Amino acid sequence: MASHVPGAVVTPFLLEAAFTAATEAMLLCSAADDTVLLANPAALGLIPGLRPGDRLTAAPLPELAAAASAGIDSFRSEHEGRFLYGLRRALDDDHYAWFFRDHTDEHERTAALEAERARAAFLADAGRRLSASLHLRRVRRTTVQLAVEHLADAAVVILPPDKRQSAFTRALPGHTIEEGSLGEHRLGEVPGLREVIDGFPPIPSRWLDASQAPDWLFPAAFGPIGALLVTPLPGNAEPAGVLILAKAGEHATFSPEDEALARVFATRAGAALAAATLYQEQVDTASVLQADLLPPELPQTEGFELAGSYQAARETMLVGGDFYEAFGPSETSPDTVVALGDVCGTGPEAAVMTGKVRQTLRALRVLKAGPETMLRVLNQALTESGRRQRFVTLVIGSVTRADHGRIRLELASGGHPPPLVLRGDGTVEEVPATGTLIGVMPHTSVRPATVELAPGELCLLYSDGLTEARGGPSGAEQFGEARLRRALAECAGLPGAVTLERLRQLVSDWVHGGVTDDIAMLAVRAHTRTPLTLRGGGARNQSPYLTAARGGDRRVRPRA
Amino acid sequence: MITSAPTRSLHDPDLVERYLHLIGDGDEQGACDLAVSLLDQGVPAQRIMVDLIGGSQGRVGELWAANEWSVAREHAATAVNERVLAVVAGRLRTTARRGRITLACVDGEWHGLPARILAELLRMDGWRVDFLGASVPGPHLITHLHQTGPDAVALSCMIPTRLPRAHAAITACRAAGVPVIAGGRGFGAGSRYAERLGADAWAATAEEAVIRLASDWPPPPAPDFPSHLADFLGDEEYTHLVRSRPQLIETAMQRLAVVVPAVQDYDEQQREATMEDFGHIADFLAASLYVDEPQIFLDFTTWTAGVLTARGVPIAALTAGLRLVRDQLIDFPKATATLNRSLETLPTP
Repeated sequence: MASHVPGAVVTPFLLEAAFTAATEAMLLCSAADDTVLLANPAALGLIPGLRPGDRLTAAPLPELAAAASAGIDSFRSEHEGRFLYGLRRALDDDHYAWFFRDHTDEHERTAALEAERARAAFLADAGRRLSASLHLRRVRRTTVQLAVEHLADAAVVILPPDKRQSAFTRALPGHTIEEGSLGEHRLGEVPGLREVIDGFPPIPSRWLDASQAPDWLFPAAFGPIGALLVTPLPGNAEPAGVLILAKAGEHATFSPEDEALARVFATRAGAALAAATLYQEQVDTASVLQADLLPPELPQTEGFELAGSYQAARETMLVGGDFYEAFGPSETSPDTVVALGDVCGTGPEAAVMTGKVRQTLRALRVLKAGPETMLRVLNQALTESGRRQRFVTLVIGSVTRADHGRIRLELASGGHPPPLVLRGDGTVEEVPATGTLIGVMPHTSVRPATVELAPGELCLLYSDGLTEARGGPSGAEQFGEARLRRALAECAGLPGAVTLERLRQLVSDWVHGGVTDDIAMLAVRAHTRTPLTLRGGGARNQSPYLTAARGGDRRVRPRA
Repeated sequence: MITSAPTRSLHDPDLVERYLHLIGDGDEQGACDLAVSLLDQGVPAQRIMVDLIGGSQGRVGELWAANEWSVAREHAATAVNERVLAVVAGRLRTTARRGRITLACVDGEWHGLPARILAELLRMDGWRVDFLGASVPGPHLITHLHQTGPDAVALSCMIPTRLPRAHAAITACRAAGVPVIAGGRGFGAGSRYAERLGADAWAATAEEAVIRLASDWPPPPAPDFPSHLADFLGDEEYTHLVRSRPQLIETAMQRLAVVVPAVQDYDEQQREATMEDFGHIADFLAASLYVDEPQIFLDFTTWTAGVLTARGVPIAALTAGLRLVRDQLIDFPKATATLNRSLETLPTP
């Protein structure tokens, strides 16, 4: 067939028919004067107003005209809502062609994808920042901050009224975040707010008259508000608050997409607010319950110093099974009573028990009971109280002033580690007070002991969490009584509070970041007459670092 | 008694020396009287806190290092300085007009006075300050943040061995959405390790911290956790060193007894002190590996050499200890290099 013969000439008619039928937009032009020779319907559709015979340099598509004038081979153009791409190809020395593509759909898809990505990134960022804190105020601040960064020009979070006042948090462009509260009666002044506070569905932005927003909502400097969006922050079955968004400028609007995104964001912010609210309620309840279980403020005493230190095993709870207590002199009892004890176990259950023991001691104190009687009655009360109780060990001491600045301690122990006495010369003695556990057997045996402290001397009551703290070079060794005695000996001459701080520090270094049981310490120290015990330099102390490889004779001994 | 004492100034070396004597003697009353009289004469409270109290505290450390003061005297002086600070602060009226700030010493860090001074300076600058004290466990700090929602956490660390725990605290604070400013000698000269540990800001001195917090705070929230800062620093060498600490010390002690026979006759207390010394080598080396800063370890050995010299102990004691640790660290290229550098830096006997 002739038409299949290579080199056969296609007729101009067929060429033009194919050109016209092509779906790709094409122009055929003369290179000499840039005149359009042929334009197919697809091209005429994309570039309305263009006609064969026109000069391309004056084409009704500015980017095409510019490309033709400058001799450039391609252009991109946004023309009457369409995105076009043009490419020029030379055909022979006298002719060239332009091909055009309509990228509008692709462009829209890309824009939609980018918007979706931005929304996803915003929500991920919002989720992370909102979940960071359990503190109500911070969550509110984060909410308005995020809202003005991504959703609107200004944002306000308003909480449901509490005692006829609503707390609010507001973010405006170029301002630090403001916080305050307003009377419940004002809530009705904001279009759509009352409905949302009361749990009704939110009213779409387009139905809210932004010009009705009261002056207090956004300051005058913010300018006219074009659009207002009031979105509930969903909480625990009732709104946790309301998010009010505003856009500046008279013609601003919130699109349906904007509203949808604001609602998703509000769901997350509401969940964070609700969690923070629950946490706050728990904290408030716990702190009320804890208040009586925390170590007491020690009374100011004359002639001697009292110092206490308490460290709970569960560091975030602050309460545990160890306790100390001190009752200052009263009209009926001239002595000061100190007590330190350890309820078996740790955590809140043990702490509750310490509260009972302390309250019992307080009552016994009013009855002028001495340390020994206190232990016996406490034992009776605990063993007779039907319920299986935890047992307790404790030391009770009655402190009175003696002659020449000395003080006398009458000590009774119920199965507790014996108190230690630090003498003026640095020797450490054990107080020989012994007794059986409290709360186990109906009868208890108590052998009290009395010690006298000269000025500057100290008596330490402590719980076994101190000596049983595990650590040291091997990581598993107990701090032990011998080490405690040595550490105490080095504290001769120091005030009681400083001594306790030093012991705490040594145990903390000993456990090396590991966990400890509850540790309670109480020090009673007779006042020094003169603050000069350290004058002259005090004892030289050993280097804490690197005395390895040193001859034994070189070692500096403490207070030899 | 009426004295016509001329207005005294903190530039007067006699006055500073007298104050140092008062605190060294545990004379709380005398030290408080001196500070209060300065305040009455119009010396700004900031200067008393920073120059007199802070300055004398620095001297206390030096006097201990130079073996002129005992540990007991150092502690007594610190206690008096804390009292004086409280008395001076108690005479000031401050109003909270800025935000709220939580101030804490890193877990295991017991040098509380610098942080206490910062607390008072911040209060004077209008912050509401919650000072949680010395050695604050991480969980305690984070609980406090959730309960009070502060605008900043200021974290103090004076000894670099606490840096791994400082890092854990900084990471947790930032995860709780609260920006952190770090300070204290433990973060290195100019607090330069603080950035690597993820702090939002850092300050070399308390006064610098006050200035930093007064402007442009809070810093803009990070778009995401800064990706160049890992939640965990340190590498396998750090992990192995920390986990093998007990064996490292035990073996070093055994070998020490071979090198220095006198060690066999050590009493319990001497043995223990020597083991503690090996512990310090391991801890400073670990901190140095964690932050990837050999300088931390070099600073430690230089300082220790000074402390030993002041006590008439030959440096050979230190170098022998370093070698005993180094020779156990097979396949620890970084640790070995650091130990070798430090051995080269120390004067050879």
